[in-house]
Formats: sequence, C-alpha cells, structure tokens
Amino acid sequence: MSPKRIVLRFGTDISVKPIVYRLVKDYDLVVNIVKADVNPQKEGTMILEVTGDQSEEGLNYLRDIGVSVQALNQEIVRNEDKCVMCGMCTGICPTGALYMERPSMEVRFDGDQCVFCQLCVKVCPMKAMEVCL
Amino acid sequence: MSVEKTYAEINAKIKSGKAVVVTAEELIALVEEKGLSKAAQEVDVVTTGTFAPMCSSGAFLSLGHTTPRMKMQKVWLNGVSAYTGIAAVDAYIGATEMHEDDPLNSHYPGEFRYGGGHVIQDLVARKPVKLKALGYGTDCYPRRNLETTITLDEINEAILFNPRNCYQNYNCAVNLTDRTIYTYMGMIKPHLGNANFSTSGQLSPLLKDPHFNTIGVGTKIFLGGGIGYVAWNGTQHFPSMMNVEGKGQRSSAGGTLALTGDLKQMSPRWLVGTSYLGYGATLSVGIGIPIPILNEEIARYAALKDEELYAPIVDYGEAYPSFTPGNLGYVSYAELKSGKIKVNGKEVLTAPLSSMPRAREIASTLKGWIQKGDFQLTEPVKTLPSPTDGFIAHSIKEA
Ligand code: SF4
Ligand code: SF4
Repeated sequence: MSPKRIVLRFGTDISVKPIVYRLVKDYDLVVNIVKADVNPQKEGTMILEVTGDQSEEGLNYLRDIGVSVQALNQEIVRNEDKCVMCGMCTGICPTGALYMERPSMEVRFDGDQCVFCQLCVKVCPMKAMEVCL
Repeated sequence: MSVEKTYAEINAKIKSGKAVVVTAEELIALVEEKGLSKAAQEVDVVTTGTFAPMCSSGAFLSLGHTTPRMKMQKVWLNGVSAYTGIAAVDAYIGATEMHEDDPLNSHYPGEFRYGGGHVIQDLVARKPVKLKALGYGTDCYPRRNLETTITLDEINEAILFNPRNCYQNYNCAVNLTDRTIYTYMGMIKPHLGNANFSTSGQLSPLLKDPHFNTIGVGTKIFLGGGIGYVAWNGTQHFPSMMNVEGKGQRSSAGGTLALTGDLKQMSPRWLVGTSYLGYGATLSVGIGIPIPILNEEIARYAALKDEELYAPIVDYGEAYPSFTPGNLGYVSYAELKSGKIKVNGKEVLTAPLSSMPRAREIASTLKGWIQKGDFQLTEPVKTLPSPTDGFIAHSIKEA
C-alpha cells in the first residue's frame, strides 16, 4: 500500500505529540513525519506520510478535533523560465522551501519542504510559482 | 604615482581589444588583493548591473497610418490604455497602466496580473498585440474606429523612454503595524515580520559613481538587453549624500536616471512585466552602466563594497504612507544580503526585490561586449546634478 501524503494545519490549542501517538496507537497507522513546523505561539503545519488500512478513519479523527487536513496530490512548481531570482519569495515562504543560496544570492526551491500554503503563488511578482495538479 | 586616463585612451584600448574590463565585484576583489593604486592603474573599465522593478518606465510607439487616416484619441494595447495626447498615431504605453477590466484593489489584495509592463514585454517578445483605437474624426483624419493586431516589427518606431530608472539607493521596508501590508516593496508582515530591500548594492550603477563623475547625459549603457543611453537625470533625482547616523559614514541617497533606447533591439529577458500583489503592475528593467576608470578617485568609488553602502530602514505601515520623516536606523547592504538584520532590537529576516544573479549577468554581459571591442564608452555631453548641487524634494502644498 502506498503512503498518503497529507498536510495538517492546526491552531495553538493542539499539540502534536498526542495526535501522532493516537494515529499510531488507535488506528494502527505507520506515520512518517516529513516536515513539522510547530511553534506554540502560532499556527502549526505538518506534512505526514501515513500508511495503513484505517487511514481514512485516522484522518477523520484529526478533522473531528479541529485539524485541517489536506491531501498533497497537488504540487507547487517553479517555472524556471519565468523566475528571475529576485528573492522576494524567500522572505515570505514559511518553511524555507524557497531559500537563498549565499553569497551567490541564487534562489533555490526545495519541494520537500513545501507545505502548500500557496503564499508564493500569490506573491511572486513574475507569477513563476505555479500550482500543478 | 596617481593615474590619469582619458575617454579617448580607454576607447583606443577597447578598439584594439586590449582594454582591461572587470565587473564591480571583481574590482573589489582586485583592490583587496593589489591595493587601490595598482587596481586603478590596471583597470580601464568597471561594469555595473541592476535588475529590478522600475515603475517610471514606458515606450513611445509610432503605430503607422491607417487607410483612411485616423487621429487616434484613445488607444488600447491588449486592453491596456496608452496615452495619446501627442501626435495622431503616436502613443505612450506606461508600465503601471492596468488592463481596462482589472479589478484593481477591489478584491484586496489585488493581483494586477496584466499591465503596461506586460504589454512591453509581449511586444519585445515579438508576440502579436491587439490594438484598439477610437478617433473623433477630422477633415484630415476621418476614421473613427480601428481594431487590429500589431507586432513590434510592423510598427514604425518603438522607443523605450523611462523617466526614472536605476534608483541610486532605496529604503529597506518593514512594517511596525499589526496587519500585513501590500506595498511596492512587496508583502510585509506585521510586527517586523520581514524586511524587503531593493538595489544590487555593490553592483548597483549609481552607488558606484555617487558624485556623477562619469555617468551623465549621453552615457551609453546596457538597457533592456540592448543598447541605450542616459537621456537626462531621472525624475525625483535627489543625489545628496546622507549621514549614516551612528556609523560615522556617508552614503548615497536618491539619484536617478532617465533612460532611452530603441525597443526593437531589446529582449524580453531584460524587460519583464511584473505584478505586485495589492499594489500594481510594473516593469522590471535590466540596466548595466560602464564606468571608465579615469583616475584613482573614480576607482575608489567604484570599489565601494556592500559593507560600506547603507540603506535607511523605513516603516511602511505607518511612517511612509503618512509621510512622516525619519527612519528606524541604517543597515549596510552586507547585513541586508546576509538574510537577517536587527530592527528595534528584534532579528528580522530580509529579502531582496532586486535580482543579484541577474545584476551579475548584466555586468558580465556588458564586460563581454566591451572586451570584444563592440562597445565604446561615451563621454557625457552634460554632467548631471551631483550631491553638491543641493537638490531638495518638494511636496504638494494644499491650500
Ligand atoms: S519571487 Fe518569483 S521570480 Fe522572485 S525568486 Fe521567487 S519565484 Fe523567482
Ligand atoms: S507554497 Fe510556496 S510559500 Fe508556501 S511553503 Fe510552499 S514554497 Fe513556501
């Protein structure tokens, strides 16, 4: 069975450890945390890969406790022809998926770090960041 | 022994393929290695570069006559209005003009997807552009309506004329308020959430000639991928030096250039339609200016490095829109490019609006042109107002 890739977004009232624990324990899922951006002062995001028969039930449990669950069947891509490497997106990308290499100041995009917030899609002045289905 | 060279001597060397040409960044390394005097003796030309959004940009287009003739009173190119308050079939397409149907900021923050800057990029990319025109009809120009398609090669003239480009220095923008703001400096998050800056620092043309010793009216430059010229000083040309408080330094403030050139020999890689979320559309322009090393003083300025060049930090949440003077201190371009600065004691992440890799590409392209002997330097026919001329900004007085 191939793992499901999902993005979780949750408020400051939810802590990560117990929910991952419940997924493993109560729903018998194999959970791989691809990326977690958790800070008690602000909204948290996590990308998980989950495998198991009861994955739908597990995700419903998350929704019930107020976690937003989004499947990662879409992808953000950078259109290399349009990107001028200005670097503006590196200031707003919450996870550092878009980052600047120093001292060259070339802009790199690491899709594995992307949590699909789509901020760069809106902000990039060259419309170089695209949603790919 | 201090060195003195003339434009004629440097051009003779360029012609014979013997000129020593380096980019501004390479000059910095050379000065560090050999010292200023030696570097000034060796180097003939230093090339600079910048690639950033420059709103005061546009193109004069002479569209050609129709049969029967028409005095075009209103003109749209791909739905973007061009200014026609000039002769019958001439129009000026300005970079920030929006498409007629753009919702602007009515769905805040607006996306401003297509404007005059995009029309200019489509024209130089040799894409067909829709032309719509209305006239009121005269005895000599009877026609009232026109809808057709044009391409850059079919129209008579296309002259890029940018009244204000190449800002010498610029603010580093932050936001002290508690809401996200959308500005011409990009999206800035509340409570000092991020800081944006422009200009390419140690590669930026006017930061390398702060006294306008060599850049003047008639200076031949790299403009939009082709060749252009400095036409005049730019609008809002305030070339004074600012005191960098607390750092015991002086740094350039806000000199600007008006630039012009034949759009037909430029390239869509270096004239790029640009959309600023919540602010508007504009054009990103690639500019490279050669600086002849006539003497050691000019070399010293051309070798200024990021550590010695400063930008003021300005709050775009409150102080800038309300036109409140003052700033939150100064930061060097070295700090800005490091990715982090300190503002009011808080660490803030920085991001540029101006592309350093592209600026570098321009400086090295221009270097290549000069080395090949294709590109000679021009001595200005008129110098531009310099910091000693004491230009002061006026603002609008309301009764
Ligand atoms: S903001 Fe857009 S053009 Fe600029 S570096 Fe990021 S993706 Fe590239
Ligand atoms: S969608 Fe864009 S801004 Fe958001 S995490 Fe991915 S790369 Fe960063």
